[in-house]
Amino acid sequence: MASIPSPIHPDNLRAVRKIAEISGQNVYECMQCGTCSAVCPMVESMGFTTRQGIHYLQFGEVEAVIDARIGEFCASCQTCLVRCPRGIDVPRVFEAVRQLVLRTNTDLVVLKDIPKDTLAEAPQIAFVATFRKLTS
Amino acid sequence: MKLGYYPGCTLKTKAANLEVAALAALDRLGIETTELDRWNCCGAVFSLADDDLIHQVAPIRNLIRAAQQGCDTVVTICSQCYNTLARANKLVREDDEKRDTLNLFMREEPDYNGEVEVVHYLSLLRDRVGWEKLREAVTNPLTGLKVAPFYGCTLVRPLEVAVDAVDHTILEGFISALGAEPASFSAARECCGAYQMIAHPEEGMKRAAKVIAAANHSGADALILSCPLCEYNLGTRQGDVVAAHSGLDQVPTFYFTQLLGVALGLDPELCRLDLSGPAARTLLTERKYIAAATA
Repeated sequence: MASIPSPIHPDNLRAVRKIAEISGQNVYECMQCGTCSAVCPMVESMGFTTRQGIHYLQFGEVEAVIDARIGEFCASCQTCLVRCPRGIDVPRVFEAVRQLVLRTNTDLVVLKDIPKDTLAEAPQIAFVATFRKLTS
Repeated sequence: MKLGYYPGCTLKTKAANLEVAALAALDRLGIETTELDRWNCCGAVFSLADDDLIHQVAPIRNLIRAAQQGCDTVVTICSQCYNTLARANKLVREDDEKRDTLNLFMREEPDYNGEVEVVHYLSLLRDRVGWEKLREAVTNPLTGLKVAPFYGCTLVRPLEVAVDAVDHTILEGFISALGAEPASFSAARECCGAYQMIAHPEEGMKRAAKVIAAANHSGADALILSCPLCEYNLGTRQGDVVAAHSGLDQVPTFYFTQLLGVALGLDPELCRLDLSGPAARTLLTERKYIAAATA
């Protein structure tokens, strides 16, 4: 487990430890080069970039990352994983943020809002993937 | 050596056009496979949370079924199934503690220690048939057809399960073996929008638009895919994507196995073009790769 620096506000410590536990990743290895944001296909939809997301996490600001919906918009394409020069499994970091939300019994997709056409046309794996990633 | 075949849910229904020609092609090429007697959903996405072992049960159970049937290798055609099964297999092979937990949890099953090899259909073609032999088996070469190879994410990431970690040209090799020309396609390894097309359709469409724009720019006549989710985002939804974004042209999409079937001269019925967009059949008949009257 990553050793967590002291400037973290005590209120945020628990969430930062949880991120490290769920993801198995050490966000303090990030040197803020921004490669993950440059290659991210969904970054335009997020409140701020994945690089900024990791920076917020380094300071324990998990709520800000949740509000930026980075985990919610991540499509798990794994591009940032293969490009990160520090070897951080970035998708796992934001999966952990997403899990923190889902584990409060919160869904990130409203099933009744999925249009009927989509229900009829989309393949099973689209739904299994959506439900696995975005429902609690 | 016994080769098991894991179809996955979608190939038996909405993506029959990915499966039928693929299996007929293996018959033609002299490769024998046995569909697993019992199989379940692979889980569709590999779980990225370290403490979430329950979602590894589904893919591992499929590999146990393969082992029980005496298969040392299991092949998938859907690239998402490939990725999920191969990554779960890697987890079991590399993490003793998690493997033991999974085996204890599935106490009704025999222990599984990663004995089965998971391969994708494209790897099977390259490694067991070979591009040269495939080229010789082609009776209806797709001469003059420029094809954009779409790998997407799950065939190539992460590197440990990439189908072509060495030379990054497996789809290009495949296209050339069929007598077609691979297009230089900048979005070949990009995301199609994945499940975001369901959860956040506008964002998913933006992503799909970028892939279609790159396919247009490459000058390709067609785009080939290996995943039913890519086909939904780039094929089924293409009309909506093109309508919502200026400057895009339609490009017919095929599963790679449909073009394989056509090039091997299989009955076009087996390519299930009825499940693809109408542009797919039109392209093949206009170029006279298949007769207009046949399916």
